[in-house]
Amino acid sequence: MNPILSWALPLALCMLALAMLCTMIRLIKGPSAQDRVLALDCMYMNGMLAMLMLGLIDGSSHYFEAALLIALLGFVGTTAMAKFLLRGEVIE
Amino acid sequence: MTGFVLPMWAEISVAALVLAGAGLALLGSFGLLRLPTFFERVHAPAIIATLGCWCVMWGMVLFFSLRQGELAVFPLLIAVFIAITVPIPTIFLMRASLFRARQMGQDVPPSVSRVVPPGVKDS
Repeated sequence: MNPILSWALPLALCMLALAMLCTMIRLIKGPSAQDRVLALDCMYMNGMLAMLMLGLIDGSSHYFEAALLIALLGFVGTTAMAKFLLRGEVIE
Repeated sequence: MTGFVLPMWAEISVAALVLAGAGLALLGSFGLLRLPTFFERVHAPAIIATLGCWCVMWGMVLFFSLRQGELAVFPLLIAVFIAITVPIPTIFLMRASLFRARQMGQDVPPSVSRVVPPGVKDS
C-alpha cells in the first residue's frame, strides 16, 4: 500500500464514521418523524460512501456491487417512508 | 492486496478527492445535526449527494483506471444514480412535512393549489 493512501483512506473512513454518528444522534433525538426519515436517508448515503472506502482500502471492486445495492434500496425505503408520512398508505 | 504502487501524482490526487468527499459528507451530516428546524435541515444532506459523492467517485475512477490499466467508469454509475434519485425522496419528505405542519396548525406558507375553500370568493 502506498504511504499517502494508507493514511488518507482510513482517515476518510473515520470521518464517514463520525458523519454516521451525527446522523445517528439526529435519528435518536429527532423531534418529528420526518426528521428521523431524513436522518436515515443521510445515513444510508454515508454508509454507501464508507463501503466504497472499504473497497478502495481493499483494492477490489467487489464492494461496488454492495454499495450500488445500498443506494438502490435506500432510495426505495426513503421514498416509501416519505409516502407513508404524506398519505398514511404506501400503495393506494 | 497486491504490490501495485500508484505514481505519486495519482496518489496525491486520489487522497485529496477522497478526503474532500468524506469531509463534505461530515459537513452535511453535521449540518443535519446542528440546524434548528426541519425546513433548514432538509438542505444539509444534499451536499453529500452532489459534491461529496462525486468527489469520492472521481477518486475511485482515477484509482481503478490506473490499477487496471484501462478506463474504469463503473463508479460513476452510483454517482449518476444518486444524482437522479435523491431529489425525489427529498421532495416527498418536504411535502409530507408541510402537510403535517398544516394539519397541526403551524405557521407555514399556504398551499399553492387552486382549491378554494367554501364560502371564500375567488378573485
